[in-house]
Amino acid sequence: MTDGQPSTVPGDEPTGAVIFAVDHLSKHFTSPDGQPLPVLEDVSLRLHEGEIVALLGKSGSGKSTLLRCIAGLIAPTSGTVSYRGTPINGANPGVSMVFQSFALLPWLTVQANTELGLQARAVPVAERQRRALQMIDLIGLDGFEQAYPKELSGGMRQRVGFARALVVQPDALLMDEPFSALDVLTAENLRTELLSLWGGKDFPTKAILIVTHNIEEAVQMADRIFVLSSNPGRFKAEITTQLARPRNRRSPEFEAMVDQIYGIMTEHRAPEQGQHAAVVEPGLASPTEMPLPHVGVGGLAGLLEILNNRGGRDDLPQLGRLLTFEIDDLLPIVDAAKMLGFAEVADADIELTPEGKTFVEADILTSKKLFATAAAARAPLVRAIVRALETTKDGTLSGRFFLDLLRSGFSQDEAQAQLDTAIDWGRYGELFEYRADDGELVLTPPDDIAA
Amino acid sequence: MAITRSFPTRDVLRRPRFSPIDIVVFVAIALLLFGILRLARSLNTSSATAHVAVISTDPANLPYYAARSLLRMFIAFFLSVVFTFVYATAAARSRRARAVLIPILDILQSVPILGFLAITVTFFIALFPGSELGLECAAIFAIFTSMAWNMTFSMYHSLITQPVELDEAARMFRLTKWERFWRLDVPSSMIGLVWNGMMSFGGGWFFLAASEAISVGNKTYTLPGIGSYVAAAVDKGDIGEVGIAIGVMVILVVGVNFLFWRPLVAYAEKFRVETSEAAEQPKSYVLNFLRQSNVPGYIARPLKPVGRTLDRVTRPFGLAEYPLSIPENRRRAGDVVFAGITGVVIVWGVYRGVNFFAHTSGFGQFSRCLYLGFLTLLRVIVVVVVSTLIWVPVGAKIGMSPKLSRYAQPVVQVLASFPAILLFPFAIVIFLALHLSLDYGGIFLMALGSQWYILFNVIAGASAIPTELREMADQFRFPWMQRWRELILPGIFPYYVTGGITAAGGAWNASIVAEVATYGKHHLLASGLGAYIAQATAKGDFADVLTGIIVMSFYVVVVNRLLWRPLYHLAETKYSL
Repeated sequence: MTDGQPSTVPGDEPTGAVIFAVDHLSKHFTSPDGQPLPVLEDVSLRLHEGEIVALLGKSGSGKSTLLRCIAGLIAPTSGTVSYRGTPINGANPGVSMVFQSFALLPWLTVQANTELGLQARAVPVAERQRRALQMIDLIGLDGFEQAYPKELSGGMRQRVGFARALVVQPDALLMDEPFSALDVLTAENLRTELLSLWGGKDFPTKAILIVTHNIEEAVQMADRIFVLSSNPGRFKAEITTQLARPRNRRSPEFEAMVDQIYGIMTEHRAPEQGQHAAVVEPGLASPTEMPLPHVGVGGLAGLLEILNNRGGRDDLPQLGRLLTFEIDDLLPIVDAAKMLGFAEVADADIELTPEGKTFVEADILTSKKLFATAAAARAPLVRAIVRALETTKDGTLSGRFFLDLLRSGFSQDEAQAQLDTAIDWGRYGELFEYRADDGELVLTPPDDIAA
Repeated sequence: MAITRSFPTRDVLRRPRFSPIDIVVFVAIALLLFGILRLARSLNTSSATAHVAVISTDPANLPYYAARSLLRMFIAFFLSVVFTFVYATAAARSRRARAVLIPILDILQSVPILGFLAITVTFFIALFPGSELGLECAAIFAIFTSMAWNMTFSMYHSLITQPVELDEAARMFRLTKWERFWRLDVPSSMIGLVWNGMMSFGGGWFFLAASEAISVGNKTYTLPGIGSYVAAAVDKGDIGEVGIAIGVMVILVVGVNFLFWRPLVAYAEKFRVETSEAAEQPKSYVLNFLRQSNVPGYIARPLKPVGRTLDRVTRPFGLAEYPLSIPENRRRAGDVVFAGITGVVIVWGVYRGVNFFAHTSGFGQFSRCLYLGFLTLLRVIVVVVVSTLIWVPVGAKIGMSPKLSRYAQPVVQVLASFPAILLFPFAIVIFLALHLSLDYGGIFLMALGSQWYILFNVIAGASAIPTELREMADQFRFPWMQRWRELILPGIFPYYVTGGITAAGGAWNASIVAEVATYGKHHLLASGLGAYIAQATAKGDFADVLTGIIVMSFYVVVVNRLLWRPLYHLAETKYSL
């Protein structure tokens, strides 16, 4: 299931009956020029009665795709999902789902939204109303039965999402980043309430699978955590937590586990199958092997500045908490700093390199120059663009040319996003310009570069 | 802002690029018309004489005629809604159906409705020999064809752009096909559908007025209605009675807007998917009044069990689900069979079609029609250019002032809805007095109805220019030229393109009634494709009618592809705010 990393703590396999099983599931999308883009690679997992499992990964790790395969909303390219032993070929009959964006029908009242699933199952009207009202009560929506979703705050809307999903008494509840569209306090409140309902004996579902990019959320909620790697998504580690509930976020065990997972998630491994593959050297990787993290130069400089002020070294989870950054916001910046050689990461600690320190402390023109040098040398796509432009007579190439090249390794949107980031970096470092009118990339003549 | 107050809704124009399929479909539709025509002729042999209503021009009869006309409009609208539901859903849900249905719809949009009125009248009269019902059906069908295409495109586009998570929720919670249609598909298409329905309904008045009195093959068919009243008054040469009828028409258009469309538009706000409110909530006195009364409750109560029964009865049709994976062989086999059948039907049709023309008017008529079509094209160009020069400045002025546009928008909407054909007699009286040839006068007649689309859309575009940008232009004291070049023209461009394409379409359609005119015993005639079709209709020469329609559709399609679509693409990519 996992490739046996030292960080893995293989716990005892849970004892409850298996609700659904995912076996050797892979999912490929097709790139615009027909090449397969692997999103998930050979993933296996079982959900047992009585457990909460978290799928944890950065964006691009395919965790939502995996959830949708389990829900029977999209077809896997290979491998199977079976519910209670029967392979599914359509919406999974035993699960309900809570969506990140709530997915409520705006033209139905809270009660009608809650009744939706019951109605579809042809539950008689009186019974339907009784069960819906009961669930609305349980989930803390009493008094809002006749309200429309528009009138509710985000937290209340997601409560409707929970009520709607739970009222059908699903075997398992799937949750797709259910708290990430809410503000921090509301999310914490809803999470705690959900966990206390889970602890009660009347909770109408037997297991929960939650997709999240928030490490603390995973540690707080789950009995087992699967960490996914990115591009393509694979299980990097499985961690069993045996912390007593309710879990205290300030306890040393909790923090140690968060640190451990941070460490796992910030490790870079080659996308190759090998067990102990070497870390890819940014200076040698191709643009598709090592995609640019989508980060603006401002964010990068900001993080390095803060790091410098805090003595050049800090604990990543702590830094995240300090900035109230979710891992999805923080890690791309960290990746960018690593790629450019401005910082190094080891065991969930980030440290400023000498180059990074000079970059932060220099005046604007010098730091631009340092950035340009680092990007041209270490950011694969930026380097590729600069080299390609240098080989042309007039230093001009169409952006479309690079887009076509990127399409062999990325989806349409991702290829565009890669190019956009490269243009942003190239413009900032005055390496090349981009003329939006005709879509041409133009090499900045050396004498134009700020001296 | 979620819905752009332009018409047709901009999504209607966002269609696939030109492909060889278009040619195939184009041919297929021509063949369909030909098939109907053949059917009509064979039915016609059974001594079908239509019941011809005698229209009294006594103004006391006008309320009755108006009611008949209104009923026709609503029946056509109802049929359009049903058609939209079925056609749009089929196109959105089935991959194979989509490959055929969408190109068909695209070409159908370009077929001049008034042109094939003659064919459909003959067909329906033959279908119901000796009764008024055939005529009634033909009129309703003409109105239907003017409403349905836009509405269908609107719903199709809403369906394929449905928020993914709502689709997922519907499947996850195992809604049946029926439940999904009414709880998700219709509500999420509602705003576009209502807005397009309202504007299409407005356009429908024109075809109502044109289809109530029509001559085919030396026979004049009339239906009791406001359009035929005007026709009768014109025959008598009584311009006063025409004036009264126009007054009644204005009351009808405004009344339907106030009592039906405004409440519906305001009600549709409930179905906005975005959780943010629209900047300006449409309001309706009628809707507020209804909401305060108990009437909706009384109506809804007995309907609820009906709804539940329908939910139950339709359960056997299955879930709104599809198998995630189908064996590749079976899918491919299905595709081959589907493509094969489609191909055979088309080849057979081409063969029959070529045969038909070879035995009737021959292919020589096509080159003549191409020449005449070019003359009409010139008129259409003049209409669009002159309307642009006049209405773009006026519309921009109105749209930039929130106060002005609040009053002007409904007025322009009524002007666009008002069937210009009722105004033709006045214009023709003037032409006669001035001895103006219809070759030039026709341009004016064509512009009477179509120019308003440009004004309407330009107003919408100008009022969508953000206030900050307007204030910025004031702040920097943009000179007149700069203000137009850098603010107003880019701002209204996407809306203008929508208006222009609609105006051009309207002008082509109007040419069929604008290039020939009769007032009392005066007959005016212009040379153009519209006149050609009208004359062929009057003679009852169906081969010529069909030739004319095909050539006119060809012109419309080509101009759309070569001019409007590229402009539209430019508007979408570069000038969208």
